Amino acid sequence: MLTLFDNKKEIIGFIITFVILIFLIPFLNAYPSEESLFHVSNFKISLWGKYICYAVLAMSLNLLWGYTGLLCLCQSLFFAIGGYMMGMYLMLMIGDRGAYKSILPDFMVFLGYQDLPMHWKPFYSFWFASGAVLWVPGLVALVFGFLAFRSRIKGVYFSILTQALTYAACLLFFRNDFTFGGNNGFTDFKEILGADINHALTQRTLYIVSCLFMVLVYLLISWILNTKFGKVQQAIRDSESRVRFSGYSTTHYKLILFVVSAMIAGVAGALYVPQVGIINPDEMAPAKSLDVVVWVAVGGRGTKYGPIIGAIVVNMLKSYTTQAFPESWLIILGFIFVFVVLLMPDGIVGLPNTIKKWRQNGFQSLRFKNLIKRFI
Amino acid sequence: MLRFFKGFTLLFFLTSILYAEESKVRGLLELIMTSSGNEQKESLVELSNYSDPQIKTIVEAWRKGDVYSFTNNGESIVVQQTNSGFERIKDGEILIIEDQSSLKKNRPSRRIRKSLKKIVDTADLIALDPKVRKEAVLKLGLSQNLSYLEDLRRIFKNELDPSVQKVFRESIAICLLAHGSDQEKLSAIEELGILKSVTAINFIEKIVKNASESLSDISLEPLLKDKAEVAILKIKNHQSILDFFGNLFRGFSLGSVLLIVSFGLAITFGLMGIINMAHGEFIAIGGYSCYVVQNLFASWFGTHSVGFELYFLAAIPVSFVVACLFGFLLEKSFIRFLYKRPLESLLATWGVSMIMQQSFRLVFGAANVQVNTPDWLIKSADFYGVAMSYSRIFVVGFALMVILMTWLLLSKTHLGLHIRAVMQNRKMASSLGIPVSKVNAMTFAFGCGLASLAGCALSLIGNVGPSMGQAYLVDSFMVVVIGSVGNLLGAGISSFGIGIFDQYLQPVLGPVMGKITVFFIIILFLQWKPGGLFPTKSRSLED
Repeated sequence: MLTLFDNKKEIIGFIITFVILIFLIPFLNAYPSEESLFHVSNFKISLWGKYICYAVLAMSLNLLWGYTGLLCLCQSLFFAIGGYMMGMYLMLMIGDRGAYKSILPDFMVFLGYQDLPMHWKPFYSFWFASGAVLWVPGLVALVFGFLAFRSRIKGVYFSILTQALTYAACLLFFRNDFTFGGNNGFTDFKEILGADINHALTQRTLYIVSCLFMVLVYLLISWILNTKFGKVQQAIRDSESRVRFSGYSTTHYKLILFVVSAMIAGVAGALYVPQVGIINPDEMAPAKSLDVVVWVAVGGRGTKYGPIIGAIVVNMLKSYTTQAFPESWLIILGFIFVFVVLLMPDGIVGLPNTIKKWRQNGFQSLRFKNLIKRFI
Repeated sequence: MLRFFKGFTLLFFLTSILYAEESKVRGLLELIMTSSGNEQKESLVELSNYSDPQIKTIVEAWRKGDVYSFTNNGESIVVQQTNSGFERIKDGEILIIEDQSSLKKNRPSRRIRKSLKKIVDTADLIALDPKVRKEAVLKLGLSQNLSYLEDLRRIFKNELDPSVQKVFRESIAICLLAHGSDQEKLSAIEELGILKSVTAINFIEKIVKNASESLSDISLEPLLKDKAEVAILKIKNHQSILDFFGNLFRGFSLGSVLLIVSFGLAITFGLMGIINMAHGEFIAIGGYSCYVVQNLFASWFGTHSVGFELYFLAAIPVSFVVACLFGFLLEKSFIRFLYKRPLESLLATWGVSMIMQQSFRLVFGAANVQVNTPDWLIKSADFYGVAMSYSRIFVVGFALMVILMTWLLLSKTHLGLHIRAVMQNRKMASSLGIPVSKVNAMTFAFGCGLASLAGCALSLIGNVGPSMGQAYLVDSFMVVVIGSVGNLLGAGISSFGIGIFDQYLQPVLGPVMGKITVFFIIILFLQWKPGGLFPTKSRSLED
């Protein structure tokens, strides 16, 4: 167990977070009365469930970007595919309680379908859907990754191609005849595994499952990093050519990581959908993938817990600014990104070091006079 | 001076002819309204020799009952009630009528109405403008009305313009398809086949269908059917050729826009290694500059003046300068810290893109703004049946100009020499005394300027809105990757290639599937040529 963690501080932090997220918050949601000061509302629970899913998504990207040097701009695509797979199951579980009182999902009735398309039928089974959440994003990643890594597309080109992949998929899912609900996507879910999806208990369970999954992914990544595989992975980030010259097939390493990361993102998406209650193609728009990159950058790329902090901080900030400054929140967020990239290259986690560096340089680089001099 | 005077006289002469025609027409119309019997008939015949827009409006008014007659000192006068008062039919003079009770409603009899309708319908057949004539002829032909056949034949004899003659032959043949004898039908079908008339294809298909259904005239029907099928084949071949060239042309114009966008990107991304996610917003700067310049010109010159029509020419340099300025500031303020960290330049410029996009929304509103295409670019040229809108032709020409300018800048100027030196080896260039930071800023500004030029071009053929650039960003990144990064020739070829490919796939697969197919073809292409079309040959290892 100890080998999974770098030092004592990390173990303590891990345990404290574990207790707060998995025991304290659900407890405060379930037991104190609603007027109580310590009560955590149902809304807060599903909000935090959302943050946790985003944090897992950020971790999956960090596995690629932070530790392998692959800036993947289609992470939200895998997230959304996972979400769609779970969404298909949830849509079928609505049964005939939809607006049209048909066993078909509403949008299919609306589009004039007579019976369920073939590829929808197995999704009556929860376990099939859960499997699809893993293998469908994994398959997409496998095919695309095989083509991309085989022809040694790397660096910026890999980013651009993955962005184009998301863009193409987003266009595809926006189509009505793709049998995934067009631009409205899936919504209005009723039940999951027989439980009312909007009930507080269900939401709390989903929240706890998300947190457990996050912990699992955290441990998985910690484990990978400590194996030989993980060492090669980080070597690829630092100098891919040298690793290849040393006799390692970097293509295989990258492909495996790409698929694993896609699967993690897919599960995160599958946990996200029942908590948020909607999935539509907007979730895989190219901008969303860039958002994920930003969470990782803000939290601290290439650190184990940086992406979690980044995803939660940025999303809390987003929730706050969208309410407080609906007009200009994009501008505020934009400035934060620029600021983080320029002045905090190691993100929030690396902030103490960054400040130390500034101290050593006597804040020279930040002085106004020097700024002006650099400008001219 | 003399020439000018001559021209002026000619103009005067022409207008006086036109004016004379109008007064003649008005006289005839008044005569028709007041007279009866033979005199009226003769006037009607005479009226059919004229083509004046007045005929239509006045006849329409007469039919609707807006024409009144009264007697003044034994002379009967007809007036038309218009918005400005009572207008005398004879000379268009506005009369002030005090005693409105003396006015008697004047309406045409049914017989007159019938012949007038014919005159109105055929009036455009002898209009001065060949375009109006063509439209009128085609309209009568498509109506397949037997009563117009005579008129079409009669006026066809006097027609001199060969392109209008062709339309006449087409229309007469279409009329004959419905009403001619079997022999006439045969020749009409043959004629339409020779003329490759795309408009007639439905009519011919109908005949084939009827022929296979009814078996009335056994001797002629099979022949008719065969001929019709041959004609249909001919026309369809012609149509597919037209479609081919139409798609080629549209592909070229789309490729031109992509080319301008991706040239800017090829310079900032390919040459400098900066991934500018805000490139799309610089496109929007171009579009919004056009919008602002348009509004300024509208307030200075008014919307219907010659000055306003020229706003677009002024908008091009304005948007270029504005975008260059923004790009310069952006580079100076933080892009220059990111040359060693290309992936992070992506993040920072993404932030900039968000800021800029939201600023556009705050300043100009979230909805698309209206940029009017100037009148001189609205029309479209007909090139052997392929319609080419002037604005698209303009865009193609504009792109060629941009290529030329970029090439001149890079290969013939001092700055271009510096740019190429810095791109090849930044450190070496710096140690040889080239002002690297200045060159970087100028290059980046130039790239942004090119993006805004693309925005100008887009404002002619698309919408101007806060996210107008986003749609082109992914495409133009693809163009740069395919054409080999940093290679402008490659960017040029691949943008035309992608543009044309896209246009051909779209009608077959629909816009979305077309785009997706293009994307997969690109990925497969990169399997074959990972470095793009023109990979840089180098022994150095990037790492």
